Amino acid sequence: MIRTDSFSLVLSLLGAIILLFIIAPLAGLLLDTPVAKIFETTQDEQVVNSIWLTLSASFGGTLFCAIFAIPLAFVLARKEFTGKRFVLGVIDLPIVIPHSAAGIAVLGFISRDSVFGQMASSVGLDFVGHPIGISMAMAFVSIPFLINAARDGFSSIPVRLEQAAKNLGANSVRVFLTISLPLAWRYILSGFIMMFARGLSEFGAVVIVAYHPMITPVLIYERYTSFGLKYARPVSVLFILVCLVFFIALRFLVQNRSKQNLKSTLLKNNAN
Amino acid sequence: MLELRNISLLFPEFSLKDVNLNIHEGEYYVILGLSGAGKSLLLECIAGMQQPNTGQVILDGEDITYKKIQERNVGYVFQDHAVFPHLNVFNNIAYSLKKKCSKEIIHQKVKEAAELVSIGHLLDRQPNTLSGGESQRVALARTLIRNPKCLLLDEPFSSLDVQLRDDLRALLRKLNRMGRTIIHVTHDYEEAISLAQKIAVFQDGKIIQQGDPFEVFANPVSEFVARFRGIRNFFKSKMISQNQTMVKNMIPVDILIQEKISEGFIMFNSTDVKVTKERPTGKISNLFKGQITDIIPNFKGNEISIASEINLTSFINHPAFKILQLKIGDEVWASINPERIKFLPII
Repeated sequence: MIRTDSFSLVLSLLGAIILLFIIAPLAGLLLDTPVAKIFETTQDEQVVNSIWLTLSASFGGTLFCAIFAIPLAFVLARKEFTGKRFVLGVIDLPIVIPHSAAGIAVLGFISRDSVFGQMASSVGLDFVGHPIGISMAMAFVSIPFLINAARDGFSSIPVRLEQAAKNLGANSVRVFLTISLPLAWRYILSGFIMMFARGLSEFGAVVIVAYHPMITPVLIYERYTSFGLKYARPVSVLFILVCLVFFIALRFLVQNRSKQNLKSTLLKNNAN
Repeated sequence: MLELRNISLLFPEFSLKDVNLNIHEGEYYVILGLSGAGKSLLLECIAGMQQPNTGQVILDGEDITYKKIQERNVGYVFQDHAVFPHLNVFNNIAYSLKKKCSKEIIHQKVKEAAELVSIGHLLDRQPNTLSGGESQRVALARTLIRNPKCLLLDEPFSSLDVQLRDDLRALLRKLNRMGRTIIHVTHDYEEAISLAQKIAVFQDGKIIQQGDPFEVFANPVSEFVARFRGIRNFFKSKMISQNQTMVKNMIPVDILIQEKISEGFIMFNSTDVKVTKERPTGKISNLFKGQITDIIPNFKGNEISIASEINLTSFINHPAFKILQLKIGDEVWASINPERIKFLPII
């Protein structure tokens, strides 16, 4: 018989309430939407296009930002410099500011009135109402997830390993590519998934930068305001399912690798 | 071959102070000191992981003080081995050769290095499946494959059990016999004495004595060095006549006749401190009355700490201890034969 003390029981009950708070609205959404309606929505070109746009904009933004965010994370993990705390604070800023305000900020940066917007305009690019603008808005609010996760990953690698590689004659670039990056990849991938997922769900910043072309969160909002809850539900369910598939697949990729590591560790312990 | 000139490295809470070392080609040099004495920091200065505030590191006549880690050609084997956890044993050993040699040469060299340290059968294994000794050998093979000018070993025995220590000791002797210059950092006296051709004793970031290991331990310059040899009875003293010295400026101790009257140290082994419960009769030199403050048993006998005019340590074997029936708090008489006391003048 498993003995349970009253404190554990209280903790479990409190935990169950918060779980219910997450599960109940989602379960209600799923249960209130007929399966046939979901299938019907998969044939809706506007919905399908918006889902593809959302996925590609978020993925593209995440991938592009990773090129800059990963080196920054490495510098933050390995170097001490004046103003480091300020830089760390700046990185977390997009998490705490209202996303509509973030949208206004991004719009101000990419609109034709700005220097950057004018430069882009001179080569025939207008980011406002453009998938690139959407990517930028998504990336702006979600980049802290990638930078912080990658920084944690690099910090978790003993400096000794990098020094050992240098002692074996490897230059700094090779050390980064063959030691630091492969050892931090699980953290980086986790951060990548979080940034990608956060980008998918962004509404506030994107709706200001680009109402059209419509990403799915904007489409859901439009269906709700124009046609009501009944019409917004199937799109929401479909989008949630698509997000879940991506999220679970990527998580599986990360966990599968950690299980392999755990297995080898156990093997080692048994051998000893 | 390797020369350290006036190396100083300052940290807020620790520093290396004016370290000078001269290590010749093919020498097995041991740096002995307590944990936290700065020994590893000194190795890091040689390897380029730390930049000294002052001083020079000279390797084969070339000043390498400000050279990058990669360009120094000294092999560093870390205390925790630092084997790359995401690469198998083969790729760990081959790391320094990748993109520099052809596949065939890499295979041949890795095989040779692995066989030299007896891990030829482990090449496909992942590091997290290796024991401490195996991991140590991977780190060693990985370093040796580069053919460094000298090998720096940071506490290489610290994570190994007794059997593995013997194996590694034999391997290090073999490498040294093959002409490899080795600088080995340790806190273990026996490890040092069993391997060193030259030794430097390190204390609080400074070298306090260096030279031939038997010379160093036969003539320790401080209690710290003497204690490494297990000598507990080591006192600063001043000769007051040809056969008497004064400890703590007030306790006379009889010793053998000395030619020179000077300041120095006296030392004697714990086994030479004779303990009796009753005051011995007759004329006995160096007799002290004291109280037992501690008894530490080991497999050979008991180490007895006696608080008297000078704090003495006596070693009594098990049969004698049984007869004496000593316990903490007992009042005892301790005597030391002057012939057993060694006087070390301060040079």
